[in-house]
Amino acid sequence: MPTNSSAAVTQIAPPGVGALALPERTLAELQQLAESLDAAKLWWVSGYFAGLAQASASMQSTSQLAKLPTSVPVAAADSRLVTVVYGSQTGNAKRIAENLATGLSAEHLPMRLLSAADYPHRELANERFLVVVISTHGDGDPPDDARSFLDFIGSRRAPALPQLSYAILALGDSSYPQFCAVGKQLGARLHALGAKPWTPVQEADVDIAKVAEPWHKQVLRLAAENLQRPTLSLVASASKEPSQAAVQASYSRTQPYLAELISNQKITARGSDRDIRHLELALADHESLHYQPGDALGIWAPNTAAQVEQVLARTQLSGAAAVVLNDRTTTLRQALLEDRELGKLPRGFLELHAARLNSSPSAFVGASDFPQLLDLLDHAPAAWEAQALIDALRPMQPRLYSIASSMREVGHEAHLCVAHVSYEEQGKTRVGLASNFLREQVAGSQLRVFVERNARFRLPVDGSTDVIMIGAGTGVAPYRGFLQERIATGAKGRNWLIFGAPHARHDFLYQLEWQKALQAGQLHQIDLAFSRDQASKVYVQDRLREQGRAVFDWLENGAHVYVCGDASRMAKAVEADLLEIIEKHLGRSPNDSPTELALAYLDQLRQQKRYAKDVY
Amino acid sequence: MSTTSVEKIKQGSQRLRGSVVHSLAEQVTGALANSDQTIIKYHGSYQQDDRDLREERRLQKLEPAHSFMIRTRTPGGVLTPTQWLKLDQIATRFAERGLRITSRQAIQFHGVIKTELKATMQAINAALMDTLAACGDVNRNIAVSTSPQHGALHRQVQAQAFALSAALLPNSRAYYEIWLDETQINGSGAEPDPIYGESYLPRKFKIAFAIPPDNDVDVFSQDLGFIAITHASGELLGYNVSIGGGMGCTHGDPQTYPRLADVIGFIEPHQVEAIAKAVLTTQRDWGNRDVRKLARLKYTIDSRSLAAFKAEVVKRAEVTIAPAVLFQFEKNSDHFGWRQSSDGYWSLGLRILGGRIWDQSGQGLQSALRAVAQGLQIQTSDATAITPEFRLTPNQNVLIANLSEPQKFVVQQLLSAHAQETTNLERTNPASKQIPSKLSLNAIACVALPTCGLAMAEAERYLPDFIKQFEQLQREFGLLEHDFHLRISGCPNGCSRPYLGEIALVGKAPGRYNLMLGADHRGQRLNQLYRENLDEPSILTALRPLLARYASEQHTGERFGDFLHRAALLEPPSTAEAAGADNYV
Repeated sequence: MPTNSSAAVTQIAPPGVGALALPERTLAELQQLAESLDAAKLWWVSGYFAGLAQASASMQSTSQLAKLPTSVPVAAADSRLVTVVYGSQTGNAKRIAENLATGLSAEHLPMRLLSAADYPHRELANERFLVVVISTHGDGDPPDDARSFLDFIGSRRAPALPQLSYAILALGDSSYPQFCAVGKQLGARLHALGAKPWTPVQEADVDIAKVAEPWHKQVLRLAAENLQRPTLSLVASASKEPSQAAVQASYSRTQPYLAELISNQKITARGSDRDIRHLELALADHESLHYQPGDALGIWAPNTAAQVEQVLARTQLSGAAAVVLNDRTTTLRQALLEDRELGKLPRGFLELHAARLNSSPSAFVGASDFPQLLDLLDHAPAAWEAQALIDALRPMQPRLYSIASSMREVGHEAHLCVAHVSYEEQGKTRVGLASNFLREQVAGSQLRVFVERNARFRLPVDGSTDVIMIGAGTGVAPYRGFLQERIATGAKGRNWLIFGAPHARHDFLYQLEWQKALQAGQLHQIDLAFSRDQASKVYVQDRLREQGRAVFDWLENGAHVYVCGDASRMAKAVEADLLEIIEKHLGRSPNDSPTELALAYLDQLRQQKRYAKDVY
Repeated sequence: MSTTSVEKIKQGSQRLRGSVVHSLAEQVTGALANSDQTIIKYHGSYQQDDRDLREERRLQKLEPAHSFMIRTRTPGGVLTPTQWLKLDQIATRFAERGLRITSRQAIQFHGVIKTELKATMQAINAALMDTLAACGDVNRNIAVSTSPQHGALHRQVQAQAFALSAALLPNSRAYYEIWLDETQINGSGAEPDPIYGESYLPRKFKIAFAIPPDNDVDVFSQDLGFIAITHASGELLGYNVSIGGGMGCTHGDPQTYPRLADVIGFIEPHQVEAIAKAVLTTQRDWGNRDVRKLARLKYTIDSRSLAAFKAEVVKRAEVTIAPAVLFQFEKNSDHFGWRQSSDGYWSLGLRILGGRIWDQSGQGLQSALRAVAQGLQIQTSDATAITPEFRLTPNQNVLIANLSEPQKFVVQQLLSAHAQETTNLERTNPASKQIPSKLSLNAIACVALPTCGLAMAEAERYLPDFIKQFEQLQREFGLLEHDFHLRISGCPNGCSRPYLGEIALVGKAPGRYNLMLGADHRGQRLNQLYRENLDEPSILTALRPLLARYASEQHTGERFGDFLHRAALLEPPSTAEAAGADNYV
């Protein structure tokens, strides 16, 4: 079980500083600061202060100091740090890493110490010196806390690492066949990514100290040789090399960007009756692909080849037939695949179809019975010419999905949370065009995408404003981006998530991330409605009502409220409950009815852009 | 978890309350707060997760599939048919994978989720049972020989074990307040506990009552054992007391080891509670609270000396311990099939492979036993009446006992209707497919994967496969009718008492085991590490030449473990072990 390493540290009062005689207030502030930081942050701060000390010694002034960065990881962008990472199952690797950190710190060498679980993946690209202590278990298994770190480094998104020097201490037990396998594989992978070994991977057996102690000394020596003592620039944020991207002027709905799919992960458990996917797409560093949390990503999804072939078969048309679209000529097959909707038959299509059958539309039933072209063709085949068919069908529309990430956290990637749409209709299983297409895509697939701005769904400009985020199911997607943004910008306002799903065990989207944010004090309140976990169904609006007093207090305190997800029921119910809450807690007025007052209050929220909905 | 943190949690728990109530209400996780995971053990439950799903769920950004194992406190494993039915209902409604009989005669439920934990606990209590102290650093469920051949003697010893279990419960209302909604009263959270104090024991503590010639409880593997000594007439005279047994150890750590208990003498029945409290409190005060893996009674005795420990016990108990009386164990396995007790009642021993009673395992056992329990439900207001009962055995089997002739007939009919064997070695039911081999009758395995957090390798799920493989070897050498005691354990802690198996596999990593050989079949000689870290083909390769020699060189009736020693294929056992039952102080 991991122990809270900060607990041991924070019980230590700042030592007396003798002749320096720090004022009591400063001492108290230092202690207060120390109590608020965990071990990793304390290590970082120690390096930061050391850097300041050295800088002030040379400049005799701290007046030009850059502002303290708002979060620790920013400093990591600086290359003159050594980062010590541990992956630890039983605590040995952690202990060794902590000892090394102590040693580096004693030498005033800038360093940071991180559990592999906490390592910010996107910082690897800028890392100069990486020291890893990692154990191997069972049949070559990594420690649990290192899995995501190793997954990332092993994945196709791992950056090239020509700038990186690494030192690895692999721990293991030689009575197992896969002795130290994890550490060795990590070394091989870093090497393959272009990194240079600072020193060869060292393998420590059960008698750890025998290898660990010489290694410890060697790393200290290497660090002393290669690293400078901290200077002011430690806190200056790194200026990134502008990317080589984009000769393209701009990517848009009509000029989509061909994005590579990095991963496609089902995030509902096997017990769930829903198939919800977390998708990660690589975007180019191009202005038109820069998005803000709240924005959507448009996806152009094609029809399936099978559907197209069936249409061709029913109409007895050649797929190779040339057809003219607005701006270009293509084949019928291609046009049916990518440029026309085969569902959602447009108004008037049925009349045209009937005319071709020399019959009236009412002769064979209402259009609503034939939502899909194939249904109609099955029921009443009619002869169409290729061009006429293309002209009669509705142009293909892109599908929009709320982006579930912040660029400040994920860089030039966009993450999506997509529910596979599947339902029964007229005895057939229907699937959503894009959600079904996306579900089938694998890493490496190319997707046509563009950023769709959504200016009405934005975080408050002032980071100190509180936010209440209400969403059910995939409606939680933009809030993942919101929270990433608020954390990355060090926003001081409180974050409150109210989330609903059928079952906690199977459908708690991004559960691990919310848990981590709660623990870190980055998510301040979470209320959960798992509708089918008890006899009577509970929804987000029920949680909202239960928390009525707090909701009103947050509103009075200036909070922004967001609602995302199902428009027909959830959003309506939430709005009704918001009104009820406001009515209940708002003071009385002699002139207006409580209901009118509440309506006016909500209107005002809207006008102040403090009440935003992204519903569908 | 480190020793200090466990000790701190115990002390700060306000008599086993901790923040369990808050943890149960927390919706953001299916787990409990770390400290409450320790505390809930004392309430008879472990937090676990489905390890088959761990990696899959991590990728799904979901926490592990947390669930709870719940273990009953059922001294001697005795259940009425009504209790059986209620446990069966609980298993069906709240748990996964049916009922699991443990090697300490309890029922374990697996896979109960947090939001249903309280309802499950309440249902268990509604069946007039509890789970209090079924886990944790306290006296665990007390084991008792199931003794189908003894009538009055078993009842007497069982009653004594039942009373002792109650006398050694921690004094806390926490269980009733948390699970049964009893209100807090004055003093809740600070109940005086003269036995456990506020830090409980340094480690778990296990007691068993053995009734010779059966050593089904493996009495020498227990911290404290009572070996029933009878007059020639069958009347209970008292008990030989044994202390300091224990199975658990850590791979690669020579400071830890399995140890057989020492017999320290003889006491009379009325002295049992005093002796038990003295042994338990001496261990409470003398045991190692700095290093958890060295905290069991066996290490206390080895570090302080047996004589010193015994002297302290005598002083605390104010009991004179007489010299031990000679006794003889014949076997540490179970009785199967029909058998009549000394007072004329019938019992039926049924083999339950891996202790798992679950229809979906394909044998229809769960519904068969449900039907039997329904058929045996008896309403009686006479508390002294001898009525049918189920006895869970320490080898994870079931004995249906106290049956009159008509009840025997009922059981036979019901089992036959459910295509279950009623005896072990003859094919009486044409519908049944296969007669269990002797190997599979006596084999036991701990639960291990996917739920046990300690497991390094499969055990229960691997047992049927390995039995098949080993039977193949037996067939090869014409040894199929021979009895081998096989025990599989997923880790070195030894819930399936692997160090007392003639052949034992102790898990090291997925698919890899330490092969241990050479125990006797009476629970009086430990086995030895024969080969380390083997996969299945290597295990079979290692065993093949040994079986070949056993097949050609064995003496009549000679057991495999004994043969290995006679043929000097293993290190000689220590002198104390060689002396077997004579290891008195």
